[in-house]
Amino acid sequence: MSPGAPTGGAGGSGSAKEGAGHWWAQRLTAIALVPLTIWFVPSMAMLAGKSHGAVVAWLGAPLNAILMALLLAVTFYHVWLGLESIIEDYVHTERRHVATLIAMKIAVAVLALAALFAVARIAFGG
Amino acid sequence: MVEFTLPKNSRVVKGKHFAAPEGAGNVKTFKVYRWDPDKGDNPRLDSFDLDLDDCGAMVLDALIKVKDETDPTLTFRRSCREGVCGSCAMNIDGINTLACIQRIDEIKGEVKVYPLPHMEVVKDLVPDLNGAYAQYASIEPWLQTETSAPDGHERLQSPEERERLDGMWECILCFCCSTACPSYWWNGDRFLGPAILLQAYRWIADSRDESTNKRLAALEDPFRLYRCHTILNCTNTCPKGLNPAKAIAEIKKLISTRR
Repeated sequence: MSPGAPTGGAGGSGSAKEGAGHWWAQRLTAIALVPLTIWFVPSMAMLAGKSHGAVVAWLGAPLNAILMALLLAVTFYHVWLGLESIIEDYVHTERRHVATLIAMKIAVAVLALAALFAVARIAFGG
Repeated sequence: MVEFTLPKNSRVVKGKHFAAPEGAGNVKTFKVYRWDPDKGDNPRLDSFDLDLDDCGAMVLDALIKVKDETDPTLTFRRSCREGVCGSCAMNIDGINTLACIQRIDEIKGEVKVYPLPHMEVVKDLVPDLNGAYAQYASIEPWLQTETSAPDGHERLQSPEERERLDGMWECILCFCCSTACPSYWWNGDRFLGPAILLQAYRWIADSRDESTNKRLAALEDPFRLYRCHTILNCTNTCPKGLNPAKAIAEIKKLISTRR
């Protein structure tokens, strides 16, 4: 990982001076997901078996659309942070590490935008 | 890097068997990891049948008995034989602990003895700790001050300030915790590991130390500190009953609040 003798690498190239923000965001998003999930699960149970029109009408209501957008944004941010951690843990070869990170970020960003776009389209009656 | 299988030359093969002496009543089998760097052989698991009626109570007593009476080439570190030096840390019955304070009669069936996990092996039960010691040096484990010492006496601490160091000064740097930590297995070259982070916090928590902010800044790093995912193997395995995971949590809290 660092040039020089293996034991000289203990100090590495010094502290990266980051990581606290990542750690804190992981915790905050986890906590935020608790109330959002408590809202989401019974809502889905309530909608089970309802017609397409009824579900679209439910999601089109301002409060539901806002909560759904929040849930999706927070979930995908949490997924992004979590996958970053897992890749740092397990994927070490420099090139593979960078390639995996880029692929993961593109995939999560596309999924998040698609989900948010769907909510917006229903909410604004597209 | 994550390794789910051992490299070919590290696979453990069956070793020699040494039977108990004639007429031994209370026989227990010890399976001990052996590897000799001077031979090209794979590591092997030798089994020694010992008569417990003629052996001390601890696993270290059994290892010393084997070295004295059966196989003088068996290599392991030991010194104090009472849990204060940390030399005889090894993996016994699947748990990292000190051989000198692990009772034999607490182990059911065969006693399996391996070196500390995921460290390079020097020989038999002796792991290479050079990397861990270099990491210890990197946290500058000594009292650092800017102000000059008070005239005529040492820097004083209240009993409460001194109490904050309890649970940390007792650490004997045996590395049972670090070598029990999956994050340290996969990223031991960059993650400092629980033993070193507990020591780092020992100086951060010291009321006399004036380098607290410098120490916290040096730890804020995705690899040095934040590879810890609170798995808690460290706290579970510590033979001194200490809590490295709590020390790491305190460091993370302090770094978050100083931003």
